[in-house]
Amino acid sequence: MRRRPHYLAGAGSIVWLVLVGLPLYVMLAATLRTRQDYAKSGPVSFPGDFTLDNYTGAFDSGFGRYFLNTIVVTVCVVGVVLLLVPPLAYAIVRSRGRVTSQIFRLFLLGLAIPAQAVIVPMFYLISEAGLYDNLLGVILPTAAFCLPMSALILSGAMRDISPELFEAMTMDGASPRRMFFQLVVPLSRGGLSTIVVFSALQAWNGFLFPLVLTQSDSTKVITLGLYNFQTEHGVDIPGLLGAVTLSVVPVLLVYLFARRALVQGLMGMGGK
Amino acid sequence: MTTQLTSAPPTAAATGKARRRPADSRAAHGTRPGFLWALPATVFFAVFAIAPLIMVAVLSFMSWNGLGSPRFVGTDNWKRILDDPVMIKSIWLTLLLTALGVVIQTPLSIVLGVWAAGHQRNRAVLSAVYFVPLLLSATAVSVLWRALLDPNFGIPARMTWLFGDGNLFGEQATALGVLAFVSTWQFTPFHTLIYQGAARAVPPVLYQAAAIDGAGRYRQFFHITLPQLRNSVITSMILMIVGGLTTFETVLILTQGGPGTDTTISAYYMYQKAFKGFDFGAGSAIALCLVVAATVVSLIVVRVSGYDKMRSDMEGVS
Repeated sequence: MRRRPHYLAGAGSIVWLVLVGLPLYVMLAATLRTRQDYAKSGPVSFPGDFTLDNYTGAFDSGFGRYFLNTIVVTVCVVGVVLLLVPPLAYAIVRSRGRVTSQIFRLFLLGLAIPAQAVIVPMFYLISEAGLYDNLLGVILPTAAFCLPMSALILSGAMRDISPELFEAMTMDGASPRRMFFQLVVPLSRGGLSTIVVFSALQAWNGFLFPLVLTQSDSTKVITLGLYNFQTEHGVDIPGLLGAVTLSVVPVLLVYLFARRALVQGLMGMGGK
Repeated sequence: MTTQLTSAPPTAAATGKARRRPADSRAAHGTRPGFLWALPATVFFAVFAIAPLIMVAVLSFMSWNGLGSPRFVGTDNWKRILDDPVMIKSIWLTLLLTALGVVIQTPLSIVLGVWAAGHQRNRAVLSAVYFVPLLLSATAVSVLWRALLDPNFGIPARMTWLFGDGNLFGEQATALGVLAFVSTWQFTPFHTLIYQGAARAVPPVLYQAAAIDGAGRYRQFFHITLPQLRNSVITSMILMIVGGLTTFETVLILTQGGPGTDTTISAYYMYQKAFKGFDFGAGSAIALCLVVAATVVSLIVVRVSGYDKMRSDMEGVS
Protein backbone atom coordinates (compact mmCIF):
# COMPACT_ATOMS: atom_id res chain seq x y z
CA MET A 1 0.00 0.00 0.00
CA ARG A 2 1.51 3.31 -1.04
CA ARG A 3 0.72 6.22 1.24
CA ARG A 4 0.88 9.89 0.38
CA PRO A 5 3.85 11.65 1.99
CA HIS A 6 3.22 13.26 5.37
CA TYR A 7 4.22 16.90 4.82
CA LEU A 8 3.77 18.09 8.42
CA ALA A 9 5.88 15.26 9.78
CA GLY A 10 8.46 15.92 7.09
CA ALA A 11 8.71 19.60 8.03
CA GLY A 12 8.93 18.80 11.74
CA SER A 13 11.63 16.23 11.17
CA ILE A 14 13.72 18.77 9.27
CA VAL A 15 13.41 21.33 12.08
CA TRP A 16 14.65 18.70 14.53
CA LEU A 17 17.44 17.71 12.16
CA VAL A 18 18.67 21.32 12.16
CA LEU A 19 18.47 21.49 15.96
CA VAL A 20 20.54 18.33 16.30
CA GLY A 21 22.76 18.67 13.27
CA LEU A 22 23.73 22.33 13.49
CA PRO A 23 25.49 22.07 16.89
CA LEU A 24 27.28 18.94 15.72
CA TYR A 25 28.36 20.74 12.53
CA VAL A 26 29.55 23.78 14.49
CA MET A 27 31.49 21.49 16.76
CA LEU A 28 33.29 19.72 13.92
CA ALA A 29 33.83 22.89 11.89
CA ALA A 30 35.24 24.78 14.89
CA THR A 31 37.81 22.09 15.61
CA LEU A 32 39.29 22.52 12.12
CA ARG A 33 39.90 26.28 12.37
CA THR A 34 42.02 28.68 14.35
CA ARG A 35 40.77 30.65 17.32
CA GLN A 36 41.13 33.92 15.41
CA ASP A 37 39.06 32.64 12.50
CA TYR A 38 36.36 31.35 14.84
CA ALA A 39 36.16 34.68 16.67
CA LYS A 40 36.17 36.70 13.43
CA SER A 41 33.65 34.88 11.24
CA GLY A 42 31.44 33.28 13.87
CA PRO A 43 30.58 29.71 14.78
CA VAL A 44 28.20 28.83 11.93
CA SER A 45 30.38 29.87 9.00
CA PHE A 46 32.60 27.50 7.04
CA PRO A 47 36.20 27.20 8.32
CA GLY A 48 38.42 29.78 6.62
CA ASP A 49 41.87 28.49 7.46
CA PHE A 50 42.17 24.77 7.90
CA THR A 51 44.22 23.49 10.86
CA LEU A 52 44.58 20.42 13.03
CA ASP A 53 46.18 22.37 15.89
CA ASN A 54 43.12 21.96 18.07
CA TYR A 55 43.54 18.21 18.13
CA THR A 56 47.27 18.24 18.71
CA GLY A 57 46.69 20.95 21.31
CA ALA A 58 44.31 18.68 23.18
CA PHE A 59 46.95 15.97 23.31
CA ASP A 60 49.56 18.50 24.45
CA SER A 61 47.38 19.44 27.40
CA GLY A 62 47.29 15.86 28.64
CA PHE A 63 44.40 14.22 26.82
CA GLY A 64 46.56 11.27 25.79
CA ARG A 65 46.93 10.36 29.45
CA TYR A 66 43.23 10.94 30.12
CA PHE A 67 42.36 8.66 27.21
CA LEU A 68 44.52 5.92 28.61
CA ASN A 69 42.94 6.26 32.06
CA THR A 70 39.44 6.17 30.59
CA ILE A 71 40.28 3.04 28.62
CA VAL A 72 41.58 1.35 31.78
CA VAL A 73 38.43 2.30 33.70
CA THR A 74 36.15 1.18 30.87
CA VAL A 75 37.85 -2.19 30.34
CA CYS A 76 37.87 -2.96 34.07
CA VAL A 77 34.23 -1.94 34.56
CA VAL A 78 33.18 -4.15 31.65
CA GLY A 79 35.28 -6.98 33.11
CA VAL A 80 33.64 -6.74 36.52
CA VAL A 81 30.18 -6.61 34.95
CA LEU A 82 30.90 -9.65 32.77
CA LEU A 83 32.19 -11.57 35.76
CA LEU A 84 29.28 -10.81 38.08
CA VAL A 85 26.16 -10.38 35.98
CA PRO A 86 25.83 -13.64 33.98
CA PRO A 87 25.68 -15.88 37.08
CA LEU A 88 23.32 -13.40 38.72
CA ALA A 89 20.98 -13.29 35.73
CA TYR A 90 21.12 -17.10 35.47
CA ALA A 91 20.01 -17.43 39.09
CA ILE A 92 17.29 -14.80 38.60
CA VAL A 93 15.87 -16.62 35.59
CA ARG A 94 16.28 -20.25 36.64
CA SER A 95 16.28 -20.39 40.43
CA ARG A 96 12.94 -20.85 42.12
CA GLY A 97 14.20 -19.99 45.60
CA ARG A 98 12.72 -17.19 47.67
CA VAL A 99 16.16 -15.69 48.37
CA THR A 100 16.77 -15.20 44.66
CA SER A 101 13.50 -13.42 44.09
CA GLN A 102 14.32 -11.09 47.00
CA ILE A 103 17.72 -10.47 45.41
CA PHE A 104 16.02 -9.67 42.12
CA ARG A 105 13.78 -7.19 43.91
CA LEU A 106 16.83 -5.58 45.52
CA PHE A 107 18.40 -4.99 42.11
CA LEU A 108 15.15 -3.59 40.71
CA LEU A 109 15.06 -1.06 43.53
CA GLY A 110 18.75 -0.46 42.90
CA LEU A 111 17.84 0.76 39.41
CA ALA A 112 16.60 3.95 40.98
CA ILE A 113 19.48 4.78 43.30
CA PRO A 114 20.96 7.95 41.83
CA ALA A 115 24.76 8.13 41.95
CA GLN A 116 24.40 11.73 43.13
CA ALA A 117 22.74 10.49 46.30
CA VAL A 118 25.65 8.35 47.44
CA ILE A 119 28.71 10.40 46.54
CA VAL A 120 29.27 11.66 50.10
CA PRO A 121 29.41 8.19 51.73
CA MET A 122 31.22 6.88 48.64
CA PHE A 123 33.90 9.51 49.18
CA TYR A 124 34.14 8.42 52.83
CA LEU A 125 34.26 4.67 51.96
CA ILE A 126 36.83 5.06 49.19
CA SER A 127 39.02 7.35 51.32
CA GLU A 128 38.89 4.92 54.25
CA ALA A 129 39.81 2.07 51.91
CA GLY A 130 42.85 4.06 50.77
CA LEU A 131 41.59 4.17 47.19
CA TYR A 132 41.13 7.94 46.90
CA ASP A 133 42.77 9.30 43.74
CA ASN A 134 43.21 5.75 42.48
CA LEU A 135 41.56 4.43 39.31
CA LEU A 136 40.36 1.36 41.24
CA GLY A 137 38.34 3.72 43.43
CA VAL A 138 36.51 4.91 40.30
CA ILE A 139 36.12 1.44 38.79
CA LEU A 140 34.41 -0.24 41.75
CA PRO A 141 31.48 2.17 42.27
CA THR A 142 31.02 2.66 38.51
CA ALA A 143 30.74 -1.12 38.03
CA ALA A 144 28.34 -1.41 40.98
CA PHE A 145 26.02 1.14 39.45
CA CYS A 146 26.00 -0.78 36.14
CA LEU A 147 24.79 -3.97 37.81
CA PRO A 148 21.02 -3.40 38.16
CA MET A 149 20.43 -2.46 34.53
CA SER A 150 22.79 -5.13 33.22
CA ALA A 151 21.04 -7.77 35.33
CA LEU A 152 17.69 -6.66 33.96
CA ILE A 153 18.89 -6.70 30.33
CA LEU A 154 20.66 -10.05 30.59
CA SER A 155 17.90 -11.83 32.51
CA GLY A 156 15.52 -10.64 29.81
CA ALA A 157 17.75 -12.23 27.17
CA MET A 158 18.07 -15.46 29.15
CA ARG A 159 14.30 -15.77 29.50
CA ASP A 160 14.10 -16.07 25.73
CA ILE A 161 16.00 -19.37 25.81
CA SER A 162 13.52 -22.11 25.06
CA PRO A 163 12.58 -24.21 28.13
CA GLU A 164 12.74 -27.36 26.01
CA LEU A 165 16.51 -26.93 25.82
CA PHE A 166 16.73 -26.88 29.61
CA GLU A 167 14.50 -29.96 29.75
CA ALA A 168 16.69 -31.79 27.28
CA MET A 169 19.79 -31.03 29.33
CA THR A 170 17.99 -32.02 32.51
CA MET A 171 17.24 -35.39 30.94
CA ASP A 172 20.93 -35.74 30.22
CA GLY A 173 21.52 -35.16 33.91
CA ALA A 174 23.39 -31.90 33.38
CA SER A 175 24.35 -29.89 36.44
CA PRO A 176 23.34 -26.19 36.74
CA ARG A 177 26.99 -25.38 36.14
CA ARG A 178 27.13 -27.32 32.87
CA MET A 179 23.86 -25.79 31.68
CA PHE A 180 25.28 -22.37 32.42
CA PHE A 181 28.41 -22.82 30.34
CA GLN A 182 27.04 -24.98 27.53
CA LEU A 183 23.56 -23.58 27.10
CA VAL A 184 22.92 -20.25 28.82
CA VAL A 185 26.12 -18.36 27.98
CA PRO A 186 26.27 -19.34 24.28
CA LEU A 187 22.57 -18.59 23.76
CA SER A 188 22.58 -15.19 25.44
CA ARG A 189 25.36 -13.67 23.36
CA GLY A 190 23.07 -10.87 22.18
CA GLY A 191 22.27 -9.89 25.73
CA LEU A 192 25.92 -10.15 26.70
CA SER A 193 27.01 -7.78 23.96
CA THR A 194 24.26 -5.39 25.00
CA ILE A 195 25.49 -5.25 28.60
CA VAL A 196 29.08 -4.85 27.41
CA VAL A 197 28.12 -1.83 25.33
CA PHE A 198 25.87 -0.46 28.07
CA SER A 199 28.48 -0.66 30.83
CA ALA A 200 31.26 0.57 28.55
CA LEU A 201 29.14 3.62 27.73
CA GLN A 202 28.47 4.23 31.42
CA ALA A 203 32.16 3.98 32.25
CA TRP A 204 33.33 6.06 29.29
CA ASN A 205 30.84 8.86 29.94
CA GLY A 206 30.98 8.70 33.75
CA PHE A 207 31.73 12.02 35.43
CA LEU A 208 30.49 12.20 39.00
CA PHE A 209 32.59 9.43 40.58
CA PRO A 210 35.84 10.62 38.94
CA LEU A 211 34.97 14.19 39.93
CA VAL A 212 34.75 13.46 43.65
CA LEU A 213 37.06 10.44 43.93
CA THR A 214 40.15 11.60 42.03
CA GLN A 215 42.15 14.81 41.96
CA SER A 216 45.56 14.49 40.32
CA ASP A 217 46.40 14.63 36.64
CA SER A 218 47.66 11.04 36.58
CA THR A 219 44.21 9.64 37.44
CA LYS A 220 42.12 12.01 35.36
CA VAL A 221 39.56 10.58 32.93
CA ILE A 222 38.39 12.30 29.75
CA THR A 223 35.15 13.79 31.05
CA LEU A 224 37.02 15.35 33.94
CA GLY A 225 39.69 16.55 31.53
CA LEU A 226 36.99 18.29 29.47
CA TYR A 227 35.58 19.94 32.56
CA ASN A 228 39.01 21.19 33.63
CA PHE A 229 39.87 22.34 30.12
CA GLN A 230 36.63 24.32 30.09
CA THR A 231 37.28 26.01 33.43
CA GLU A 232 40.92 26.78 32.53
CA HIS A 233 40.76 27.67 28.82
CA GLY A 234 37.06 28.52 28.48
CA VAL A 235 37.79 31.16 25.81
CA ASP A 236 39.70 28.79 23.51
CA ILE A 237 36.51 27.42 22.04
CA PRO A 238 38.00 25.57 19.02
CA GLY A 239 40.52 23.88 21.33
CA LEU A 240 37.76 22.96 23.76
CA LEU A 241 35.57 21.52 21.02
CA GLY A 242 38.54 19.57 19.64
CA ALA A 243 38.80 17.89 23.03
CA VAL A 244 35.06 17.21 23.08
CA THR A 245 35.25 15.66 19.60
CA LEU A 246 38.12 13.41 20.59
CA SER A 247 36.16 12.17 23.60
CA VAL A 248 33.23 11.23 21.39
CA VAL A 249 35.11 9.44 18.58
CA PRO A 250 35.31 6.00 20.27
CA VAL A 251 31.60 6.03 21.09
CA LEU A 252 30.74 7.05 17.55
CA LEU A 253 32.78 4.11 16.28
CA VAL A 254 30.77 1.76 18.48
CA TYR A 255 27.61 3.38 17.16
CA LEU A 256 28.73 2.69 13.60
CA PHE A 257 29.81 -0.90 14.12
CA ALA A 258 27.61 -2.19 16.93
CA ARG A 259 24.52 -0.11 16.53
CA ARG A 260 22.09 -2.88 17.30
CA ALA A 261 23.72 -3.75 20.62
CA LEU A 262 24.00 -0.08 21.50
CA VAL A 263 20.40 0.77 20.75
CA GLN A 264 19.23 -2.30 22.63
CA GLY A 265 21.37 -1.32 25.60
CA LEU A 266 19.80 2.12 25.51
CA MET A 267 16.32 0.67 25.11
CA GLY A 268 17.02 -1.46 28.15
CA MET A 269 17.33 1.75 30.10
CA GLY A 270 13.72 2.44 29.24
CA GLY A 271 12.79 -0.74 31.05
CA LYS A 272 11.23 -2.40 28.07
CA MET B 1 7.20 -36.36 33.37
CA THR B 2 10.19 -34.15 32.63
CA THR B 3 7.87 -31.53 31.21
CA GLN B 4 6.28 -31.26 34.62
CA LEU B 5 9.66 -31.07 36.30
CA THR B 6 11.05 -28.02 34.67
CA SER B 7 8.18 -25.98 33.36
CA ALA B 8 4.77 -26.05 34.90
CA PRO B 9 1.96 -25.55 32.37
CA PRO B 10 0.59 -22.00 32.25
CA THR B 11 -2.52 -22.79 34.24
CA ALA B 12 -0.51 -24.26 37.10
CA ALA B 13 1.81 -21.27 37.19
CA ALA B 14 -1.11 -18.91 37.19
CA THR B 15 -3.13 -20.63 39.90
CA GLY B 16 -0.20 -21.03 42.26
CA LYS B 17 2.54 -23.45 43.01
CA ALA B 18 0.50 -25.58 45.42
CA ARG B 19 -0.34 -28.00 42.65
CA ARG B 20 3.25 -29.02 42.19
CA ARG B 21 4.00 -32.12 44.21
CA PRO B 22 6.89 -31.98 46.71
CA ALA B 23 8.69 -34.84 44.97
CA ASP B 24 8.74 -32.83 41.74
CA SER B 25 10.11 -29.69 43.29
CA ARG B 26 12.85 -31.62 45.03
CA ALA B 27 13.85 -33.26 41.78
CA ALA B 28 13.71 -29.94 39.99
CA HIS B 29 15.93 -28.40 42.61
CA GLY B 30 18.93 -30.39 41.46
CA THR B 31 18.80 -28.96 37.95
CA ARG B 32 18.26 -25.36 38.98
CA PRO B 33 20.94 -22.97 40.22
CA GLY B 34 20.78 -21.97 43.87
CA PHE B 35 21.02 -18.41 45.18
CA LEU B 36 24.78 -18.86 45.58
CA TRP B 37 25.07 -17.99 41.88
CA ALA B 38 23.66 -14.57 42.66
CA LEU B 39 25.80 -14.03 45.73
CA PRO B 40 28.99 -12.41 44.33
CA ALA B 41 27.05 -9.74 42.45
CA THR B 42 24.78 -9.16 45.43
CA VAL B 43 27.66 -8.72 47.87
CA PHE B 44 29.42 -6.35 45.48
CA PHE B 45 26.27 -4.33 44.99
CA ALA B 46 25.57 -4.29 48.73
CA VAL B 47 29.04 -2.91 49.50
CA PHE B 48 29.18 -0.25 46.79
CA ALA B 49 25.55 0.84 46.48
CA ILE B 50 23.37 -0.31 49.37
CA ALA B 51 25.90 0.39 52.15
CA PRO B 52 26.54 3.96 50.93
CA LEU B 53 22.80 4.46 50.76
CA ILE B 54 22.47 3.49 54.43
CA MET B 55 25.52 5.56 55.33
CA VAL B 56 24.05 8.67 53.74
CA ALA B 57 21.18 8.45 56.23
CA VAL B 58 23.61 8.03 59.15
CA LEU B 59 25.91 10.82 57.95
CA SER B 60 23.00 13.24 57.74
CA PHE B 61 22.97 13.17 61.57
CA MET B 62 26.72 13.67 61.85
CA SER B 63 29.20 16.45 61.40
CA TRP B 64 32.19 15.76 59.18
CA ASN B 65 34.53 18.09 57.34
CA GLY B 66 36.28 15.46 55.26
CA LEU B 67 39.14 14.92 57.70
CA GLY B 68 39.14 12.90 60.91
CA SER B 69 36.09 11.02 62.11
CA PRO B 70 32.45 12.02 61.74
CA ARG B 71 30.82 13.16 64.99
CA PHE B 72 27.17 12.67 65.98
CA VAL B 73 25.26 15.97 66.14
CA GLY B 74 21.61 14.90 66.14
CA THR B 75 19.23 16.82 63.94
CA ASP B 76 21.55 19.80 63.64
CA ASN B 77 22.18 19.37 59.87
CA TRP B 78 18.49 18.98 59.17
CA LYS B 79 17.61 22.13 61.12
CA ARG B 80 20.24 24.04 59.19
CA ILE B 81 19.21 22.96 55.74
CA LEU B 82 15.51 23.48 56.47
CA ASP B 83 16.27 27.03 57.65
CA ASP B 84 18.45 27.68 54.63
CA PRO B 85 16.66 29.87 52.06
CA VAL B 86 19.03 28.66 49.31
CA MET B 87 17.99 25.07 50.04
CA ILE B 88 14.28 25.89 49.90
CA LYS B 89 14.85 27.81 46.68
CA SER B 90 16.82 24.89 45.24
CA ILE B 91 13.89 22.53 45.85
CA TRP B 92 11.57 24.82 43.91
CA LEU B 93 14.10 25.21 41.11
CA THR B 94 14.55 21.43 40.92
CA LEU B 95 10.80 20.93 40.70
CA LEU B 96 10.48 23.68 38.10
CA LEU B 97 13.23 22.26 35.86
CA THR B 98 11.88 18.72 36.23
CA ALA B 99 8.38 19.85 35.31
CA LEU B 100 9.71 21.84 32.35
CA GLY B 101 11.58 18.75 31.17
CA VAL B 102 8.47 16.56 31.31
CA VAL B 103 6.24 19.13 29.64
CA ILE B 104 8.64 19.86 26.78
CA GLN B 105 10.12 16.43 26.16
CA THR B 106 7.03 14.22 26.41
CA PRO B 107 5.07 15.56 23.41
CA LEU B 108 8.25 16.07 21.40
CA SER B 109 9.52 12.53 21.92
CA ILE B 110 6.11 10.95 21.31
CA VAL B 111 5.82 12.69 17.95
CA LEU B 112 9.41 11.92 17.00
CA GLY B 113 9.14 8.32 18.22
CA VAL B 114 5.96 7.60 16.29
CA TRP B 115 7.50 9.25 13.24
CA ALA B 116 10.72 7.24 13.56
CA ALA B 117 8.74 4.02 13.99
CA GLY B 118 7.80 4.15 10.31
CA HIS B 119 9.88 1.85 8.15
CA GLN B 120 10.60 4.37 5.38
CA ARG B 121 14.25 4.59 4.46
CA ASN B 122 14.58 8.37 4.90
CA ARG B 123 13.22 8.01 8.42
CA ALA B 124 15.81 5.38 9.27
CA VAL B 125 18.63 7.59 8.02
CA LEU B 126 17.38 10.69 9.83
CA SER B 127 16.79 8.83 13.10
CA ALA B 128 20.39 7.64 12.99
CA VAL B 129 21.40 11.32 13.17
CA TYR B 130 18.79 12.14 15.79
CA PHE B 131 20.25 9.63 18.21
CA VAL B 132 23.76 11.09 18.18
CA PRO B 133 23.23 13.39 21.22
CA LEU B 134 22.51 10.26 23.23
CA LEU B 135 26.06 9.04 22.65
CA LEU B 136 27.70 12.14 24.08
CA SER B 137 28.39 12.25 27.78
CA ALA B 138 26.45 14.81 29.79
CA THR B 139 29.82 16.51 30.27
CA ALA B 140 30.50 16.71 26.53
CA VAL B 141 26.99 17.99 25.83
CA SER B 142 27.28 20.69 28.48
CA VAL B 143 30.76 21.75 27.38
CA LEU B 144 29.58 21.87 23.76
CA TRP B 145 26.57 24.05 24.53
CA ARG B 146 28.55 26.26 26.88
CA ALA B 147 30.88 26.93 23.94
CA LEU B 148 28.05 27.41 21.42
CA LEU B 149 26.22 29.82 23.73
CA ASP B 150 29.33 31.67 24.86
CA PRO B 151 28.38 35.31 25.56
CA ASN B 152 31.30 36.66 23.50
CA PHE B 153 32.06 34.12 20.78
CA GLY B 154 28.91 31.98 20.61
CA ILE B 155 25.79 31.97 18.48
CA PRO B 156 23.76 34.44 20.66
CA ALA B 157 26.52 37.06 20.29
CA ARG B 158 25.93 36.89 16.52
CA MET B 159 22.15 37.09 16.79
CA THR B 160 21.67 40.09 19.04
CA TRP B 161 18.34 40.88 17.32
CA LEU B 162 17.01 37.74 19.00
CA PHE B 163 19.08 37.39 22.16
CA GLY B 164 19.65 41.01 23.23
CA ASP B 165 23.12 41.41 24.71
CA GLY B 166 23.89 37.79 23.84
CA ASN B 167 24.50 36.73 27.45
CA LEU B 168 21.99 34.00 28.21
CA PHE B 169 23.69 33.19 31.49
CA GLY B 170 23.17 36.63 33.03
CA GLU B 171 19.51 36.32 33.98
CA GLN B 172 17.56 33.66 35.82
CA ALA B 173 14.87 33.18 33.18
CA THR B 174 17.27 32.71 30.26
CA ALA B 175 19.70 30.61 32.33
CA LEU B 176 16.86 28.26 33.29
CA GLY B 177 15.80 28.25 29.66
CA VAL B 178 19.29 27.17 28.62
CA LEU B 179 19.26 24.33 31.16
CA ALA B 180 15.83 23.13 30.02
CA PHE B 181 16.86 23.38 26.37
CA VAL B 182 20.14 21.49 26.79
CA SER B 183 18.40 18.71 28.76
CA THR B 184 15.81 18.47 26.01
CA TRP B 185 18.50 18.31 23.36
CA GLN B 186 20.31 15.60 25.25
CA PHE B 187 17.49 13.37 26.47
CA THR B 188 14.74 13.62 23.85
CA PRO B 189 16.48 11.00 21.66
CA PHE B 190 16.39 8.53 24.54
CA HIS B 191 12.66 8.94 25.11
CA THR B 192 12.16 8.88 21.35
CA LEU B 193 13.73 5.41 21.37
CA ILE B 194 11.23 4.25 23.98
CA TYR B 195 8.29 5.51 21.94
CA GLN B 196 9.72 4.20 18.69
CA GLY B 197 9.87 0.68 20.14
CA ALA B 198 6.39 0.96 21.61
CA ALA B 199 4.86 2.39 18.42
CA ARG B 200 6.34 -0.48 16.40
CA ALA B 201 4.69 -2.94 18.79
CA VAL B 202 1.19 -1.61 18.07
CA PRO B 203 -0.64 -4.41 16.17
CA PRO B 204 -1.01 -3.29 12.51
CA VAL B 205 -4.48 -4.84 12.42
CA LEU B 206 -5.74 -1.94 14.58
CA TYR B 207 -4.72 0.55 11.90
CA GLN B 208 -6.19 -1.57 9.13
CA ALA B 209 -9.51 -1.75 10.97
CA ALA B 210 -9.44 2.01 11.54
CA ALA B 211 -8.61 2.66 7.89
CA ILE B 212 -11.57 0.54 6.83
CA ASP B 213 -13.76 2.61 9.15
CA GLY B 214 -12.47 5.69 7.34
CA ALA B 215 -10.36 7.13 10.16
CA GLY B 216 -7.72 9.55 8.89
CA ARG B 217 -4.11 9.80 9.94
CA TYR B 218 -4.70 12.18 12.84
CA ARG B 219 -7.66 10.27 14.21
CA GLN B 220 -5.59 7.10 14.04
CA PHE B 221 -2.83 8.85 15.98
CA PHE B 222 -5.13 10.10 18.74
CA HIS B 223 -7.42 7.09 18.98
CA ILE B 224 -5.06 4.19 18.38
CA THR B 225 -1.41 5.16 18.75
CA LEU B 226 -1.66 7.34 21.86
CA PRO B 227 -3.78 4.92 23.92
CA GLN B 228 -1.46 2.08 22.93
CA LEU B 229 1.55 4.08 24.14
CA ARG B 230 0.08 4.63 27.61
CA ASN B 231 2.50 2.39 29.49
CA SER B 232 5.50 3.86 27.70
CA VAL B 233 4.33 7.35 28.59
CA ILE B 234 4.31 6.38 32.26
CA THR B 235 7.74 4.73 32.12
CA SER B 236 9.26 7.59 30.17
CA MET B 237 7.79 10.26 32.45
CA ILE B 238 9.06 8.54 35.56
CA LEU B 239 12.55 8.31 34.06
CA MET B 240 12.34 12.00 33.19
CA ILE B 241 11.38 12.82 36.76
CA VAL B 242 14.20 10.77 38.30
CA GLY B 243 16.61 12.25 35.76
CA GLY B 244 15.35 15.76 36.45
CA LEU B 245 15.75 15.40 40.21
CA THR B 246 19.38 14.36 39.80
CA THR B 247 20.48 16.82 37.09
CA PHE B 248 23.99 17.84 38.00
CA GLU B 249 26.57 18.11 35.21
CA THR B 250 24.50 20.51 33.15
CA VAL B 251 24.29 22.97 36.03
CA LEU B 252 27.91 22.54 37.11
CA ILE B 253 29.24 23.23 33.62
CA LEU B 254 26.70 25.60 32.09
CA THR B 255 25.70 27.96 34.89
CA GLN B 256 27.60 26.99 38.07
CA GLY B 257 24.27 27.55 39.80
CA GLY B 258 24.25 31.22 38.80
CA PRO B 259 23.56 34.02 38.32
CA GLY B 260 23.89 34.12 42.11
CA THR B 261 21.98 31.07 43.29
CA ASP B 262 19.29 31.44 40.65
CA THR B 263 19.90 28.03 39.03
CA THR B 264 21.27 26.22 42.10
CA ILE B 265 19.20 23.06 42.07
CA SER B 266 19.31 20.55 44.94
CA ALA B 267 21.82 18.05 43.51
CA TYR B 268 24.23 20.87 42.69
CA TYR B 269 23.71 22.48 46.09
CA MET B 270 24.50 19.16 47.75
CA TYR B 271 27.77 18.94 45.80
CA GLN B 272 28.65 22.50 46.75
CA LYS B 273 27.84 22.01 50.44
CA ALA B 274 29.79 18.76 50.68
CA PHE B 275 32.73 19.13 48.34
CA LYS B 276 33.20 22.91 48.20
CA GLY B 277 32.04 23.88 51.69
CA PHE B 278 33.28 20.65 53.35
CA ASP B 279 29.98 20.40 55.20
CA PHE B 280 29.45 16.71 54.50
CA GLY B 281 26.66 16.40 57.09
CA ALA B 282 24.42 18.94 55.39
CA GLY B 283 25.37 17.47 52.01
CA SER B 284 24.19 14.06 53.21
CA ALA B 285 20.91 15.47 54.44
CA ILE B 286 20.23 16.97 51.00
CA ALA B 287 21.30 13.69 49.37
CA LEU B 288 18.84 11.79 51.56
CA CYS B 289 16.03 14.05 50.36
CA LEU B 290 17.01 13.14 46.78
CA VAL B 291 17.07 9.43 47.62
CA VAL B 292 13.63 9.58 49.17
CA ALA B 293 12.22 11.46 46.20
CA ALA B 294 13.82 9.03 43.73
CA THR B 295 12.73 5.96 45.71
CA VAL B 296 9.13 7.09 45.81
CA VAL B 297 9.24 7.50 42.04
CA SER B 298 10.99 4.14 41.59
CA LEU B 299 8.40 2.31 43.68
CA ILE B 300 5.85 3.74 41.31
CA VAL B 301 7.94 2.40 38.39
CA VAL B 302 8.00 -1.10 39.83
CA ARG B 303 4.26 -1.00 40.52
CA VAL B 304 3.14 0.58 37.28
CA SER B 305 5.38 -1.31 34.89
CA GLY B 306 4.73 -4.63 36.63
CA TYR B 307 8.43 -5.54 36.86
CA ASP B 308 7.81 -7.50 40.04
CA LYS B 309 5.18 -9.61 38.35
CA MET B 310 7.26 -10.16 35.22
CA ARG B 311 8.95 -13.25 36.63
CA SER B 312 5.82 -15.38 37.12
CA ASP B 313 4.31 -14.10 33.91
CA MET B 314 7.34 -15.09 31.92
CA GLU B 315 7.50 -18.54 33.45
CA GLY B 316 3.83 -18.98 32.66
CA VAL B 317 4.13 -17.86 29.06
CA SER B 318 6.93 -20.30 28.27
